[in-house]
Amino acid sequence: MPVSELNGQKIWQRRDRPTAIKHWLMWLVGTLIVLWCWQIISDATTWAFVRDSPEQAMQLIARMFPPNVAYAPTLVRPLWDTLNIATLGSIMGVAIALPISFLAATNTTPHPIVRSIALLMIVTSRSINSLIWALLLVAILGPGLLAGVLAIGLRSIGFVGKLFFEAIEEIDREPVEAVTATGASELQVLSYGIVPQVLPTFVGVSVFRWDINIRESTVLGLVGAGGIGVQLSAAVNGLQWGRVCTIFIVIFLMVLFSEWVSAKARKEII
Amino acid sequence: MPLFDLQRVTQRFGDVAALAETSLSIYPGERVALVGSSGAGKSTLLRLLNGTLLPSQGEVWALGHPLGRLSSRQRRRVQRQIGTIYQQFHLVEPLRVVHNVNAGHLGRWPLWKAVLSLVYPLERDRAIAALHRVGIPEKLDARTENLSGGQQQRVAIARVLVQNPLVILADEPVSSLDPERSRDVMALLRELVVEDGKTLVVSLHTVELARQFCDRIIGLRQGRIVFDAPTAAISDAMLTQLYALEDEG
Repeated sequence: MPVSELNGQKIWQRRDRPTAIKHWLMWLVGTLIVLWCWQIISDATTWAFVRDSPEQAMQLIARMFPPNVAYAPTLVRPLWDTLNIATLGSIMGVAIALPISFLAATNTTPHPIVRSIALLMIVTSRSINSLIWALLLVAILGPGLLAGVLAIGLRSIGFVGKLFFEAIEEIDREPVEAVTATGASELQVLSYGIVPQVLPTFVGVSVFRWDINIRESTVLGLVGAGGIGVQLSAAVNGLQWGRVCTIFIVIFLMVLFSEWVSAKARKEII
Repeated sequence: MPLFDLQRVTQRFGDVAALAETSLSIYPGERVALVGSSGAGKSTLLRLLNGTLLPSQGEVWALGHPLGRLSSRQRRRVQRQIGTIYQQFHLVEPLRVVHNVNAGHLGRWPLWKAVLSLVYPLERDRAIAALHRVGIPEKLDARTENLSGGQQQRVAIARVLVQNPLVILADEPVSSLDPERSRDVMALLRELVVEDGKTLVVSLHTVELARQFCDRIIGLRQGRIVFDAPTAAISDAMLTQLYALEDEG
């Protein structure tokens, strides 16, 4: 640490003067930025609404109870639709992601240009949320289940594809060399040396994505892409809070079920 | 006609020459040991012989074919006749033993047969017979990763048996086994080679094993052949010089 001298006595300090000033200034600027941001947030907030928000929340919850149990049977069909959107969308996503991931992995791609295209497809799919995909598809295909399935599928390609190709890139190269040395063709090397190494990851990722898709497909109905979200949106707009509560409970149960299934499946395979 | 013929072969990895200006012939029925310290070029030499590596310079002839000038299809046909057993096992661990053994068929099997066999194992009898010869027939349906090191090495040998090549290359086949297990595996290898009239090229860390199981020893040092002689002609002085440290030698 820098040292200064006073009357022949050495004085130890943590920082010399210029550094100390620099530190002090940095703290000053930091504090000012925080205050300035707070000012902006505060100006954009209607504090009257915030002040009575606890009261509003309590009223809303009060209106939700008791849940409208008589409404539950009409939810069976939308629930089944939601499950189908998630499952079919997942299958579609995995089926398309599978070849793309092999084209995207450095150790299996036929050519760097092919790899770039495959990566671009993965990034495009990942960068758009399934709700946005649904918005676009409802505009193109009209409302309904098909838009939902495609939205889930398109979003899943990127997620699944990325995790797949990373798994392919992380395989052990030694077994691949050993299989190659027997005189096996490229596709045989793929099926004996590479696929068995990545299969557990593939299955795990697919089930995990299905699990996520169940949750995502519950909101697709908000933009008209089918499933239980349609009922949710209608109930909220109609201020039928008892129904909203029922829908929440039903969604919660379904998510619980999907968690259980995916945990079970992963335990079986991995 | 020699089985293998290396003509002034150089193999570079970046700036490093793993093998430099090496010429060498191996004839049918020989049992050749490659000895030398780590990085001497033993593994590189074996990978050049089985065609998984093509030399930076020079030419490798295997079974009368110039490996570097073949199409990949022609090269695969030659590779069928060259079986390789690797160090650190090189097995596909998540697969069952039967599939790892059956990988020996891949040079002959069409793709559909190979894929079908992954679902419904084909030629189980041959796989059992091969595992029987290496002493672990009961492991046919076990997952490979659950086997011990010695057992995995036996699976690798069973794969080569199923492949039934003219020549067996082995890259440090016993380096991760204890001395007892090492002698067992080497004895097994010699037995299989002698019984079926095959040729063996094996790289070894232990000179004693080379002397005990091979009839020709090639000493490598920094990518060059230091000596190449029948086992009987190898003196202790030659070996001491081979393994001498850099600044001493």
